Amino acid sequence: MSQTFMLDGKAIPFEEGQTIIQAATKAGVFIPHLCYHPDFKPHGSCKLCTVKVNGRQTASCTMRAMAGMVVESDTEEINAERRALTQMLFVEGNHFCPSCEQSGNCQLQATAYHLGMMSPHYDHFFPNRPVDASHPEVLLDFNRCILCSLCVRASRDVDGKNVFALSGRGITTHLIVNAKSGQLGDTNFTLADKAAQVCPVGVILRKRKGFAVPIGERKYDHAPISESVTTEGR
Amino acid sequence: MNAPAKKLKVATTSLAGCFGCHMSFLDIDERLFTLLEYIEFDRSPLTDIKECSPDCDIGIIEGGLCNAENVHVLREFRKNCKILIAIGACAINGGLPAQRNHLPLTTILEEVYHTSPGLANGMIPNDPELPLPLDKVHPIHEVVKIDYFMPGCPPSGDAIWKVLTDLLAGREPELGHGLMHYD
Amino acid sequence: MALNDMHTETVAGIVDRVVTRYRRDPTCMVQILREVQEACDWIPPEAIDRMQVLLGVPRTKIEGVAGFYSFFYTQPRGKYRILFSDNITDRMLGNKAMMDRLCSSLWVERGKVSEDSLVSIGKTACTGMCDQGPAMLVNNYAVAGLTATRIDEIAELIRNKVPLAEWPAEYFRIDDNIRRADILLGSDLKPGDALLAARARAPSDGLMASNMRSWREGLPTGLSGPISMLDEIKRSNLRGRGGAGFTTALKWEACRNAPLKAGLQRIVVCNADEGEPGTFKDRVLLSKYADLVFEGMTVAAYAVGATRGFIYLRGEYRYMLDHLNAVLAHRRRENLLGNNILGIPGADFDIEIHVGAGAYVCGEESALIESLEGKRGTPRNRPPFPVTNGYLDQPTIVNNVETFAAAALIALNGGEWYAGIGTKHSAGTKILSVSGDCERPGLYEYPFGVSIRQVLEDCGALDTQAVQVSGPSGICVAADEFDRIIGFEDIPTAGAFTVFNGTRDMFQVARNYVHFFQHESCGFCTPCRVGTSLLKNLMDKLHNGAGSPYDFAEIEKLNQLLQSMSHCGLGHTACNPVLDTIAKFRPAYDKRMMQQDFTPAFDLDRALAAARQMTGRDDAAAHLTTETGGEA
Repeated sequence: MSQTFMLDGKAIPFEEGQTIIQAATKAGVFIPHLCYHPDFKPHGSCKLCTVKVNGRQTASCTMRAMAGMVVESDTEEINAERRALTQMLFVEGNHFCPSCEQSGNCQLQATAYHLGMMSPHYDHFFPNRPVDASHPEVLLDFNRCILCSLCVRASRDVDGKNVFALSGRGITTHLIVNAKSGQLGDTNFTLADKAAQVCPVGVILRKRKGFAVPIGERKYDHAPISESVTTEGR
Repeated sequence: MNAPAKKLKVATTSLAGCFGCHMSFLDIDERLFTLLEYIEFDRSPLTDIKECSPDCDIGIIEGGLCNAENVHVLREFRKNCKILIAIGACAINGGLPAQRNHLPLTTILEEVYHTSPGLANGMIPNDPELPLPLDKVHPIHEVVKIDYFMPGCPPSGDAIWKVLTDLLAGREPELGHGLMHYD
Repeated sequence: MALNDMHTETVAGIVDRVVTRYRRDPTCMVQILREVQEACDWIPPEAIDRMQVLLGVPRTKIEGVAGFYSFFYTQPRGKYRILFSDNITDRMLGNKAMMDRLCSSLWVERGKVSEDSLVSIGKTACTGMCDQGPAMLVNNYAVAGLTATRIDEIAELIRNKVPLAEWPAEYFRIDDNIRRADILLGSDLKPGDALLAARARAPSDGLMASNMRSWREGLPTGLSGPISMLDEIKRSNLRGRGGAGFTTALKWEACRNAPLKAGLQRIVVCNADEGEPGTFKDRVLLSKYADLVFEGMTVAAYAVGATRGFIYLRGEYRYMLDHLNAVLAHRRRENLLGNNILGIPGADFDIEIHVGAGAYVCGEESALIESLEGKRGTPRNRPPFPVTNGYLDQPTIVNNVETFAAAALIALNGGEWYAGIGTKHSAGTKILSVSGDCERPGLYEYPFGVSIRQVLEDCGALDTQAVQVSGPSGICVAADEFDRIIGFEDIPTAGAFTVFNGTRDMFQVARNYVHFFQHESCGFCTPCRVGTSLLKNLMDKLHNGAGSPYDFAEIEKLNQLLQSMSHCGLGHTACNPVLDTIAKFRPAYDKRMMQQDFTPAFDLDRALAAARQMTGRDDAAAHLTTETGGEA
């Protein structure tokens, strides 16, 4: 008999060492997330996956599941907070969906749809962010970066290349590239890298392949992101 | 729903918009006849009425704030309409026109009117009748209180219909999968 | 020597020397960057090239760390890098006038580097000199008590390119301003006395000399010496003095009992980051009572079974590094540090000093440990906690300077003695660093339980409107609360006690604090990274006359969000100053509530300025007025 914890009134089985989101995902329960990816060690930075555990709020991607835990996730209160975080991300960068190559396959967008975000609410920052087209195969559009660090982790832990890292502090935090010039073209990054597949938004883009899939046939046109728990990976 | 005794006055406008949202609005097709049992249009490109009546119930605004005239129109709408709805990406987040925001306006005007290749005798238009552009394009909720938002570029006719019927029935507007889009 | 005289080999030579001294250890990245910059005046790309080669780490690792800390520059910032401390107390003492004076005297714009690359002038967060402000840092060396004359003298020295080492020593004098001493500030403990007392407590451990395990491994079944030391700490009811107030005995015991993998050690860390604006008590403890603090660290090492200690000294206290190292060297000579302390074989413990580089968030214990490991100072996911998985994944205790000082006295006099001081819930004394509108700013040590009113009387405060206790992350106390007491049961504090009289605008105080949090947010988590900027924009909006009840509601909502979703204490407390002052000093905000209804945050007329300039128009239609935008 495996151990269980309660999630929104439902008993979720878990194995020793699994985090709440890992166990929930396995059981087919969706918890909104951006910086979490099943293939990598959790980051715990986006805070979208925050749940209430025995009355206290914590990120479900870093909290180990324990027998007897009572977890709340799909409540009005928590979803409203998740929506506010998503709104913060939208005003922090320049997220213009109509001309974005990732639209329809974008985790940020799909999460915002799921949370019913009708407007960004806050005043936009309109930051001046660069675009790096130096690499022959890949374009980097930093306007859309949400600092999830998935590319950082993938490049370091899977590709063994350390192409990406974060620099700056606070609101000036930004992604940097492992080259003296700062340009992707001067690194050993390739399209085959795991880091090239893992971006949840429209930063790391394959060149010459934009808008290939018509509206209506993209990943999140077929099904909302909440149903992606039943499918493997991305 | 039963048709009310008095029809709601609905005003619409496109500020710095492409009119795509207005076109999409008309995509409700024959549902327009049903709608017209509940509402009547006031100031709108559809009626060509030039000014809002002081007792408008709903103002639907497409497009963001690009220049001084946009601001004047937006303020007129806020003053005369009980409820304002921002429709489309431009009204909600600045949209396409806001893609200029990372460039200083001075640079833009220089490039367009002076240094653009093939241009001769360039001059920045300064006729007093022309509205001056703001240094940044702003979503409309950054200048006046907006009550509701209809995202999309444009929102589909079905999405617009859903929001309007929710509002007319006194429900909080909600768009589910398939209707909710930012593109 | 102008910057562009530096040749690449010279830079490489500097890097070689520094990296070698730090044993080519990437965990010393922050120290290496600091020393490279001290020698080169910035961190040039060639330095990073060389560091990459010697340390064998990706370039991004070096750049990412350099980009995190305020004091590291990857662009030239001049031979003389001036940073004016910009705490609210500095403002109250006129730092703006000082800064303007120096800027105009040296022909440099605030925040920029001078044309001749000689000097740059900017602002920095509170440098811990609130009792003798306005203060500034010159190449991270503190200069306090600035006056117009002093500014002029310094401008002259800079113009004449006089090396910092040749400036009058008088400029760098920092006063202690001890106004009220008690057990800590009045302590005359002779180095070694506390250690001897700790050891003497378990006389059967006369054979401890033969059992090295009691010191190094600190197993639960170890000898009674360390256990009895731990018992004294328990008996004393000592709680941390850094602000969190965690029960010290619990922390030490957990570390002692944490499983230890082969080859690993237990670590003692002294948190001397003292970044909370208005706090400067650790500054004095370290400059004047270093032996007491180091003795306390050694006592802790004894109790938990640690062999290695660190002091994380904030970058703003760089001036005392040589002094501290001298005290450590002295203790080594006296057999109080190093191998075989007090002649006990195997009793090994030594302390290294790591200097910070301008990041308030590194005062948070897990962020501090990240910084000690040579990384960006972002707080860790917890659990696990440092006591089981801390520095390089080893069991680590992180305690405040004052906590260690108290521990030394407890080792000497026993826990019962200590518990008898203070109140039932708060044992011992607390050093308060008092500044702001008072006759006698400085250090006041009281047994816990002292009232705010008493402190105000003692420091000569008149017409006090408010007291900010424990800095911006603490609590703002209004006049009707002055009978409340300092203690964990009422108003806890790390020590900051900032006094504001009736002439002060409490809105501006809150705004200064909000700007601080926004600047210091580490940027790791969404709510704090974006939320502190949103909060700053809201406060600026109120300041600019565009505030309405709508904005108040927004501030409330942001507070809820930050409190429930933030990754660490910085985010949790970022809205505190605003909410406290709104609740207790409403008139200061009502004055700023210029609008009834929602109003845009930006000036619409100013938004047309560029277009007016480009078209040469100034007619009525070329302007926009401020107008409210509908019911809030």
